[in-house]
Amino acid sequence: MTAAPTGPGDLDSASSAPLHPAAREVLLAALDRGYADPRRLHRAGREARLLLDNAREATADALGVRPDEVTFTPSGTHAVHLGLVGLVRGSRRGDGVVHSAVEHSAVRHAVAWGARSLEVGVMGDGRVHDGDLVENAVSPGTGVVALQTANHEVGTLQDVGGFELPNDVPLFTDACASMGRLPLPDGWAAAAGSAHKWGGPAGVGVLLVRKRARWRNPFPGDDRVDERSTGFENVPAVLAAAAALQAVVAERDEVNVRQHELVEVVRRRVAAEVPDVEVVGDPVRRLPHLVTFSCLYVDGEALVTELERRGFGIASGSACTASTLTPSHVLEAMGVLTHGNVRLSFQRDTTRADVDAFCDALPGVVAEIRSRVGL
Amino acid sequence: MIAPHDEYEVALELDCRDLPCPMPVIELARHLGDVEVGDLLAVVAHDPAAAVDVPAWCRMKGQVYVGADVTDDGAPRYVVRRVKA
Repeated sequence: MTAAPTGPGDLDSASSAPLHPAAREVLLAALDRGYADPRRLHRAGREARLLLDNAREATADALGVRPDEVTFTPSGTHAVHLGLVGLVRGSRRGDGVVHSAVEHSAVRHAVAWGARSLEVGVMGDGRVHDGDLVENAVSPGTGVVALQTANHEVGTLQDVGGFELPNDVPLFTDACASMGRLPLPDGWAAAAGSAHKWGGPAGVGVLLVRKRARWRNPFPGDDRVDERSTGFENVPAVLAAAAALQAVVAERDEVNVRQHELVEVVRRRVAAEVPDVEVVGDPVRRLPHLVTFSCLYVDGEALVTELERRGFGIASGSACTASTLTPSHVLEAMGVLTHGNVRLSFQRDTTRADVDAFCDALPGVVAEIRSRVGL
Repeated sequence: MIAPHDEYEVALELDCRDLPCPMPVIELARHLGDVEVGDLLAVVAHDPAAAVDVPAWCRMKGQVYVGADVTDDGAPRYVVRRVKA
C-alpha cells in the first residue's frame, strides 16, 4: 500500500501536505530503530538518542540555526504557544504582545491565554501597518512583538526583521506557513514551524529559541533531553520530519520558481475568466505555492462542494460553511470579500495541466452557483 | 463606525435579518436598480460577514459605501449610495 490516496486535484497543501517521498523510508526504518527512550543508556536507548540528535542537527542545518536552538514539539500550534508565551514570561517590560490582525489563530489563542493583546491592523494586501507596529512596540508594557513570516490564508509575506524594535522587545515569528519553503527571516528571538505543512508527518512541531533570548517555560517543565520539550519525543516522526525538511530545502529553488509561475497562471486566468472576482494578497511578495481569491454572490460551502465533485480539493475562508458562521479574521482584517473564497495551495508535484484543469472548471462552477440565486 | 439610527435617509431598506452569508449582498445586487442613481439603499443583516462584504461589494461594483447604523431592534444596517447603473 504505497499508492498515493490523493490525486492531482488535492490543491490544499497549506492545510496539510502528503508525506514527502524522502521521509517515507526514513520513517519506516526509524519506527523499528527509534522506539526506545532517548535518555536510557542501554543499546536501544542510545540508538533512539542518536536518531533524535541526528534529527536536531539536520533540522538546524536546514534552517540555518544552532542545534541547541531547536526543540521538537507535538505540533506547530504547541510550538507557537510555547515560543510566544515563553518570551512573554521572560520579558522584563510587561505582558503586552503587539501582533498583526492577520496572525494564525494559534497566536491569537496564545495571546488570549497568557498575555495582553495589542492588535495592529493590516493594509488591503495583508501587510501590517509597520508604523503602528513600531509605535506599539516602544510603548511601556509591551513585552513581545509577534509577526508571522507569511500569511497562511493569502500568502502575503511580512517584513519580519525589517523593523526597528527596542533591544529589550523580542520578536516572535510564526513561520508555520513558510518553513522549509523559504529561508527564515532575521531578527527573531523565537520561531515556530509545523512539519505536516512541509511534507513531514503530523504531530511534529519545531520551536526555535535563540541562544541569548530571554525565554521562560510557561508550562510545567519536564526532564527530557531538551529542557524546553515536554513528554516523550516521537523520534521516528521527528526524524522523518527532518528528512522531509532537508529535501524541501534542497529542491526549493526549482520548486518555488515553478509554483510561483503556477500562481501567476491562476491569478491571471481567474481574474480574466471569472466575472466579479477579487484576487487577494500581495501579487509579488508572497508564498510561492499559495493563491487566494473571492467570488461575489457565491456561497463558500457550495463552492467547496461543487469543486470537490469535479475532483478539486480546496480550502475556503468563507463563513456559511458547516463549521463556522463567522468569516475568516484574515480576510476581514484586509477588508476584502469574505464570501465565495477559495484558497489554492499547490503540492510539490502539481503541474501546469493540473492548474489549467482547475481554471477550466472554475468559471462554469461559479456561473452555476450564481444561477441558483438568479445572478 | 456605527451611527445612530435614522442617520441616513434611505430610499429603500432590505430586510435580510435572518439570511445567511452571502444572501444580504445578493439581495443588495438584486435591488440596486430599484433606487435612483444618487439615492441610498440599505440592507439590514445579522450576518457578521456583511460588515466586510457590503463595503467590498461597493468597491468591486463601483458604488459608494456610506456607513452603518443600527435599527430600532438592534440589527446592523449597512447603507450604500447608488452612483452608477
